[in-house]
Amino acid sequence: MSKTRYGIYGGQYIPETLMNEIINLEKNYEFYKKDPAFIKELNDLLKNYAGRPSLLYYAEKMTKDLGGAKIYLKREDLNHTGSHKINNVLGQVLLAKKMGKTRVIAETGAGQHGVATATAAALLGLECEIFMGKEDVKRQALNVYRMELLGAKVHSVTSGTMTLKDAVNETFREWTTRVFDTHYVLGSVMGPHPFPMIVRDFQSVISKEAREQILEIEGKLPDLVTACVGGGSNAMGMFYNFINDKSVKLVGCEAAGHGIETDKHAASIAKGSLGIFHGMKSLFCQDEYGQIAPVYSISAGLDYPGIGPEHAHLYETKRAQYVPITDEEAVQAFEYLARTEGIICAIESAHAVSYVQKQAPKMKKDEIIIICLSGRGDKDVASIANYRGRNINE
Amino acid sequence: MSKIKNAFKNGKAFIAFLTAGDPSIEKTEEFILEMVKAGADLIEIGIPFSDPIAEGAVIQSANVRALNAGTTTDKVFELVKSVRTKTDVPIVFLTYLNPVFKYGFDRFFKTCSETGVDGIIIPDMPYNEKSECFAVAEKYGVDIISMIAPTSDQRIKEIASQAKGFVYVVSSMGVTGVRSEITTDLNTILKSIKSATSTPTAIGFGISTPEQAKEMAKIADGVIVGSAIVKIIEKYGDEAGTYLYEYVKSMKSSIS
Repeated sequence: MSKTRYGIYGGQYIPETLMNEIINLEKNYEFYKKDPAFIKELNDLLKNYAGRPSLLYYAEKMTKDLGGAKIYLKREDLNHTGSHKINNVLGQVLLAKKMGKTRVIAETGAGQHGVATATAAALLGLECEIFMGKEDVKRQALNVYRMELLGAKVHSVTSGTMTLKDAVNETFREWTTRVFDTHYVLGSVMGPHPFPMIVRDFQSVISKEAREQILEIEGKLPDLVTACVGGGSNAMGMFYNFINDKSVKLVGCEAAGHGIETDKHAASIAKGSLGIFHGMKSLFCQDEYGQIAPVYSISAGLDYPGIGPEHAHLYETKRAQYVPITDEEAVQAFEYLARTEGIICAIESAHAVSYVQKQAPKMKKDEIIIICLSGRGDKDVASIANYRGRNINE
Repeated sequence: MSKIKNAFKNGKAFIAFLTAGDPSIEKTEEFILEMVKAGADLIEIGIPFSDPIAEGAVIQSANVRALNAGTTTDKVFELVKSVRTKTDVPIVFLTYLNPVFKYGFDRFFKTCSETGVDGIIIPDMPYNEKSECFAVAEKYGVDIISMIAPTSDQRIKEIASQAKGFVYVVSSMGVTGVRSEITTDLNTILKSIKSATSTPTAIGFGISTPEQAKEMAKIADGVIVGSAIVKIIEKYGDEAGTYLYEYVKSMKSSIS
């Protein structure tokens, strides 16, 4: 039983209807992850389709401007479909196909995971349906159309707060209706075991590459590795192969929205408490009666009231730290990176950039920082313009 | 031993579900008493939750109405306390794990025992995670009712052999809600359960008509109806009492 958990966090808190299916999923995953043919096929997709390895780019101008540690960007934004989400999705959709599934379903917040899933489903020939909160359908209209172009059906979820958590609820509901031919491609390191493990394994390619790249370029390990955290998949992927390198500081940046002193944030580490929801025991934003709180962030991808169980464990054991970054700080970082390095990053990733803006000047010039630039920002341009008072049509 | 077994003494059991606080705690009490008067053998009270992932649209909406009306776990306990002064019908809760966890397992089950709640159904706590709170519930004599689904297969015997109160047999894939037909091979599932336990069985999910109830009662010891009742409450609001009485009466007589 303990192998379903990270410390006390994790577990399998789901309806009985799904139990045999996730047991089956774990069995298949354990088989295929060691199957040379599966590994070869996945590596081929990652290299020739997704464009891996992604670059580890030295942000020289930003480094000089901030005047402290050397800053490298792990360019997940350059992957096919524009974010780290493709790493997990190619793995899971390929696994689903091997398992004989003919249909995949997925939740999406910002739309990046939905786009990635729709992409992999198109490529591998599976039917695809995406569940997206109505609020997010509005905020991310471009990605909705993108998914439709890729042949996916997009369902607008109107229950609850109409954002990412409700999309997850609805995808679970759909899965209980059709487990026989359908795989749920969960998009983050969350949900019931084995999802947090599967997603982390598929995302860990980020830190596997980054570790090799930095050793090759600099001949030493970084001092700080940082990434944004919603559910936590890019951060888990970015941290994983550095966990045993005790000298490497790991920092996750969560969405503080209007500020953690307000009720408009999505900071489950800073403000959440222990709970059991969406299949896992972890930290959640909730009220005294255990009702899940309506959370908020300018970033649809971080607008989630919980965090993956392995992150909760890294936090509890003090192996990683988690810091809140507000909307305003993230928007400033988004603009800063565009002006300084000519890179328009996702507003999610900008949370980590903001942390580094504050941290780099305090560090020595021979120290090294790696930021996981989890996605590109095309999808956010209209909403950032709107945030700054400009109304542009997409 | 809990009172739940009493529900199965009077022929086939009719188990009625409603969400506490929809439309108000006072009305919930009135509706419970109407349904008991009409012959309901066991009352299942939903403690509303913000994210009920096993519920279909009808009960999801009831959860929203109840939470918007200010329903809390404490108020639901007050409701049970008050109902208990008027009837000794077996009562079980249906809610999700987080509200129970957050209340504190010890405090929650102790209060169940003090107010007169006989059991609880937690759809997002499968048998595998029973170590979470089975021992505490047992300490206070509250039955945790296990669910068996159409997909349970080889799990059926193990779950059934440990069952307490009654075995909740999920009739169909998917979430709660009214269904025009139930296609699962329930006969085989029920046989498998009965070979493993003498605990009574009740079938839920999708049952709304007297004909369906009659069919289900042929193979199980009871039928559970939720969405059809909640729909009546949704339609008639404060005035639902007499409609609930008529409905439960017709359902109970169909299985008697």
